[in-house]
Amino acid sequence: MLDKVGIAKRIAKEIKNGYYVNLGIGIPTLVANYIPEGMSIVLQSENGLLGMGPFPFEGEENPDLINAGKQTITIVPGSAFFDSAMSFGMIRSRKVDLTILGAMEVSDTGDIANWKIPGKMVKGMGGAMDLVASAKNIIVAMQHVNKAGESKLLTRCELPLTGVGCVKKIVTELAVLDITPQGFRLLERAPGVSVEEIKNATEGRLIIDGDIPEMVID
Amino acid sequence: MNKTIANAEEAIKGIEDNMTLMLGGFGLCGIPENCIAALVKKGVKGLTCIANNAGVDDFGIGLMLHKHQVKKMISSYVGENAEFERQLLSGELEVELIPQGTLATRCLAAGYGMPVIYTPAGVGTEVAIGKEVRKFMVDGVEKEFLMEYAFDADYALVKAWKGDTQGNLIFRGTARNFNPMMAMAGRTTIAEVEELVPAGELDPDHIHVPGIYVHHIFQGVNYEKRIEQRTVRKR
Repeated sequence: MLDKVGIAKRIAKEIKNGYYVNLGIGIPTLVANYIPEGMSIVLQSENGLLGMGPFPFEGEENPDLINAGKQTITIVPGSAFFDSAMSFGMIRSRKVDLTILGAMEVSDTGDIANWKIPGKMVKGMGGAMDLVASAKNIIVAMQHVNKAGESKLLTRCELPLTGVGCVKKIVTELAVLDITPQGFRLLERAPGVSVEEIKNATEGRLIIDGDIPEMVID
Repeated sequence: MNKTIANAEEAIKGIEDNMTLMLGGFGLCGIPENCIAALVKKGVKGLTCIANNAGVDDFGIGLMLHKHQVKKMISSYVGENAEFERQLLSGELEVELIPQGTLATRCLAAGYGMPVIYTPAGVGTEVAIGKEVRKFMVDGVEKEFLMEYAFDADYALVKAWKGDTQGNLIFRGTARNFNPMMAMAGRTTIAEVEELVPAGELDPDHIHVPGIYVHHIFQGVNYEKRIEQRTVRKR
């Protein structure tokens, strides 16, 4: 089974040289720490920055320089600032190659829910609805089951949707899965996790084709 | 054309109960601190506020929420604000949550003089309820888009890094965010700046918002520029 860092490390392997990448809040943010050495990618922060660098050293925080999670950050050589309209312009016109975000639920047709639990939690969708509606490629980092042990990979999302038919790939603590017209397709198992465990944790349609390899995480 | 006025109190003189305001900023970054303080002091009520966030409990628009000055918020993300969540769940506050790109582009449309936009954000979700959906070909694929209206706000309150007496504005870093398109969208736009300079001192090539969009500009004071999530790494 993977921890949060493990999920981030596995997702980092999906990033290709030359990509513009938008990272959501939570596990996706951690992905930035595991981008392979020598790879040239640019991180987009939808509040108005291309070329997001690491957190600043203590004492060097700048209140005019934050990421979409409102954390203090730094810039890198070649960074550019822009306004919110242009930021979503580049997202809508599919200039961003990869979007990595968290989810509360995903359906086997690629629907995603991650912004609201009616009666309990209403934080808002932020930029997530824009990102999922337009992204070329969306990878979701999420827990396979909730705290009560119930599957979050469903036939149909129960929570209010963020987007419809948009998720391409999911990385959970148990597995890597693709979304196909036939449902979730199991690609890899997390270290020490059996196909049976993944089956039991997946409520939506699950395709298991041949031997499923174990993930390789450095 | 000199658009300079003395301070925030004078700038917001025309803001009355039940008006619709746009407030620039993302989180607490680039918010019109002076104008918010003046609105709190003035005590205008029944406001509809278009702003990406609602501040935090004790700063930004959160200060106006505490005094029950806000009737309705139109925002994309309102986490990190307990008082906001309380007023929302108790029904004291009306809230319209909309996608962040939709929020930005509805401001942009107003500033560009266009009545509507079409966006794919929210198609198939509860955001789409009651809205016109149209199909367009994009990149050779037919896709559904929602029609969203340009905002109409009585006032836009924005914060810039530098401005000149003509109302030309320059922003810094990610404090730019919603400020430029809101400046363009307000029926009346008030800009507060960290540094107000005489006309001619700003390089015309560096101006983000030309002064034609700005009605009043003033030199701001006592900026706190609070950091919401201070994150650092070890040396």
